[in-house]
Amino acid sequence: MAHDILDNSGFSADRKLKIVGTNPIKHDGWDKVTGAAKFSSDIVLPGMLVGKVLRSPHAHAVIKSIDTSAAEKLSGVKAVVTRADFPEIKEGTPYGDMTRMVIAREKVYHEGHPVAAVAATSESIAKRALKLIKVEYEVLPHVIDPVEAMKPDAPVLHAYMRTKGAKPGDAKVWADKASNVVERYELGVGDVAKGFAEAEFVVEHVYDTKPMHQGYIEPQSCVATASEEGEVELWCCTQAPFVYRDRLSEILKMDSSKIKVQQSELGGGFGGKTAFYAEPIAIQLARKARRPVKITFTRSEVFRGTGPVSGTQSRIKIGCRKDGTITAAEAELVFQTGPYSGSAFTNAPQAMFTRYDLPNVKTVSYEVVSNRPKVASFRAPCVPQVVFGVEDVMSELATKIGMDQIEFRLKNAMADGATTIYAEKFGKIGFIETLEAAKNCEHYKSPVPKGCGRGISTGFWFNRGGETSSSLQVAPDGSVTITLGTADVAGSRISISMMVAEELGIPVDKVRAVLADTHQLGFNRVTAGSRTTFSQGVVLVDCSRKVIKEMAGRAARIWKVPEEGVMFEDGMFRPASTNVGEFKPLSIADIAKQTTNTEGAIAARSDMNVTGAGPGFGCHIVDVKVDEETGFTEIVRYTVVEDAGKAIHPLQVEGQFQGGAVQGIGWALNEEYIFGTDGKMQNPGFLDYRMPVASDVPNIDTIIVEVPNPKHPYGLRGVGEVPVVPTMAAIANAIGNCIGIRPRSLPMSPPRLLKLLKEKKGKA
Amino acid sequence: MKKHHITLSVNGDDYDALVEPQQTLLDTLRDTLMLTGTKEGCATGDCGACSVIVDGTLQCACLMLGVEANGAKVETIEGMAKGEKLHPLQKAILEHNGLQCGICTPGVLMAAKALLERNPDPTETETRFWLAGNLCRCTGYDKLIKSVLVAAKEMRGA
Ligand code: FES
Ligand code: FES
Repeated sequence: MAHDILDNSGFSADRKLKIVGTNPIKHDGWDKVTGAAKFSSDIVLPGMLVGKVLRSPHAHAVIKSIDTSAAEKLSGVKAVVTRADFPEIKEGTPYGDMTRMVIAREKVYHEGHPVAAVAATSESIAKRALKLIKVEYEVLPHVIDPVEAMKPDAPVLHAYMRTKGAKPGDAKVWADKASNVVERYELGVGDVAKGFAEAEFVVEHVYDTKPMHQGYIEPQSCVATASEEGEVELWCCTQAPFVYRDRLSEILKMDSSKIKVQQSELGGGFGGKTAFYAEPIAIQLARKARRPVKITFTRSEVFRGTGPVSGTQSRIKIGCRKDGTITAAEAELVFQTGPYSGSAFTNAPQAMFTRYDLPNVKTVSYEVVSNRPKVASFRAPCVPQVVFGVEDVMSELATKIGMDQIEFRLKNAMADGATTIYAEKFGKIGFIETLEAAKNCEHYKSPVPKGCGRGISTGFWFNRGGETSSSLQVAPDGSVTITLGTADVAGSRISISMMVAEELGIPVDKVRAVLADTHQLGFNRVTAGSRTTFSQGVVLVDCSRKVIKEMAGRAARIWKVPEEGVMFEDGMFRPASTNVGEFKPLSIADIAKQTTNTEGAIAARSDMNVTGAGPGFGCHIVDVKVDEETGFTEIVRYTVVEDAGKAIHPLQVEGQFQGGAVQGIGWALNEEYIFGTDGKMQNPGFLDYRMPVASDVPNIDTIIVEVPNPKHPYGLRGVGEVPVVPTMAAIANAIGNCIGIRPRSLPMSPPRLLKLLKEKKGKA
Repeated sequence: MKKHHITLSVNGDDYDALVEPQQTLLDTLRDTLMLTGTKEGCATGDCGACSVIVDGTLQCACLMLGVEANGAKVETIEGMAKGEKLHPLQKAILEHNGLQCGICTPGVLMAAKALLERNPDPTETETRFWLAGNLCRCTGYDKLIKSVLVAAKEMRGA
């Protein structure tokens, strides 16, 4: 079905707005400040059992046998499941790999890989039962580092795997025997040899970044029930209820219509709750025990068993002329993915240079399996890691040619109508405006504080739309309920409610957003990629316009005038002109209470594959001070400048900027997965995996740029991904300018910086 | 496993509970007394999501056993608002958008309450260091800290 709103959003820069652009209190906030909000782990059902997962102690091993008999005999144990309780699906297919990540079949692929699970009447009994399960392993050699994993003599994870896109002439990949390289992906434009020949300055370096964890404070938790008829209900914290349902249907071989997924409040996700872990296990336990089962992960399980972010190794080369014009760029990128493909690594070559208008680009990317937990999405998946190198090279080039950092980027900036390396032609974009705002801001113009270094960096994210299905109901009292099938990861319910209130001309308090279960609406794509507030804005403005049209029709019939004789303005239906007649204007509530003597309930629904997301651009400015005795980096001042298109709820937008930047600060300075030679993660807790705390960071200043996206009724662009993209590079540049030597490896932790400082002294 | 009988007061209400010897105060509150406002982020004392006030002292409920709370007076997030009336800290966090997902919020509020009881006029740096035991992955702390300082000012009547 065609949707007019996708072609004509009705956006107008002159529209007078009453609600959009203000900062009402989030409706879900009250429950969250009083402890009443229901997160998954708060859900309790009658007869509920506690589920616990047994995990592999080895990084790579064949499972020879599993004996659960002693566990089953323990009093209080109601069900035990292993690989035998899950349908067999061929390995090397998407669902075959997915079911093997949920519970190991032939082999375990990383320490922490689930092997069995129990459901018991108490947690202590469940824990005792796990100890009674006997698993016989044949331990295999393992490989953790992806560059090691690419070598011809590395232990191979999957004997059947042949590199997709292998190309003769590239010695890193081969097609005739097994390899740990899932795919080789080449993307480029123009002629880089010619471009580099034209360059007067060329800079090239190698960078590496470590996997970090999304770090949501709420560990995964779910409750599953199964009816005697074979229907399943699942409460869980998820960014993707519909995706979970359909994947559960595939790996458990059940109809989607028999699975109801109800999202609870979500205690942070950042991409990490787009894939399920314990949910299928809880369902199989519940089906076997015929009682509800709850599984809640410990923090250690979250670290060892759920997705971190890809670590990378990259080589990046850029050439430019003396006047600052970039003539060519080249990159070779290696991405960790864990035991199976799924890193979304092709985002990186597409996005890494996009914001600069480059005639000649060549990129070659590799996705590599190894014996670590499978990666999951995180804000702008796979992009910040490689922008770390791109923006370091950019900064060095600017310094070499003696050009201001922002001027150099402006010189090469993409403008409206630019075409990307992946062949998208941009409409209206705001990169130049973002750079101008950064250049003119007080922070950038101020002198660098004594003893500090300043760095800047930029970033881009596509922003997404996609399948979105929602409904809107007008109650007889004129208040409005909107039912959303997307998740609320940070407060999108209020922003979406605000757009509906603005359309309908009613106070935002008269709108309530509820999070649907999967039986209530059509398929909704995952809440990720900064798509939700954008897409829901389109869909619910569409619903709002539909109910306005419906109510205008009813007003016309109540007044016995033609439909064109009714206009809607400021929340009231009025005669369009005096010719229509004299009628007292009708409010939404006036019409809504007459459903009995008109055509019944007033509601609308809209299901569409939303298009028209406007790309997002940002620029970060940071001042740091490095203690040369200890190697400790202090973030002294930080400013985020980003184009939001239109900030629906400015405090929410600022919160996205600030939260993203601080996650980036953690990634830049501290966060990493550390593995021992035994292949085990050595820091699976918040004490040793150190995320930023309040005293580690300053206030994060924000500048919201607003270059409207005309494809959205209010001009909005997604804002959630970009804030983490430039961060590590900005900090690396600042550190480089502070200590006179550039770090090219993450995290830039005290021991690493001390080592660099020592090398510098050695040279001096 | 043999359970122990404890009595404790939570937000002014007296409770009897049977707890396993290894069971934490956090599990006692959440699973035995069904007061789920207090959250678990780590169970190892590193995130502060489980912050409660026990006999006037800020504690990680995950680091204390239920049996240790026998006879104690415990304050949790459920007791922070007085009926309809929110505590100034709750109000400030709402008004200044000091929460995104909200999972850290109960712990942050209890910790901030304990701070303002000791020091009604903390500096921004003091506030940042006091709340350094409360991880928040969403907000970047900016609006959280601002909310606490605004509430402190309001409570001082300044
Ligand atoms: S749950 Fe107690 S400190 Fe994290
Ligand atoms: S608001 Fe999500 S962790 Fe603090």
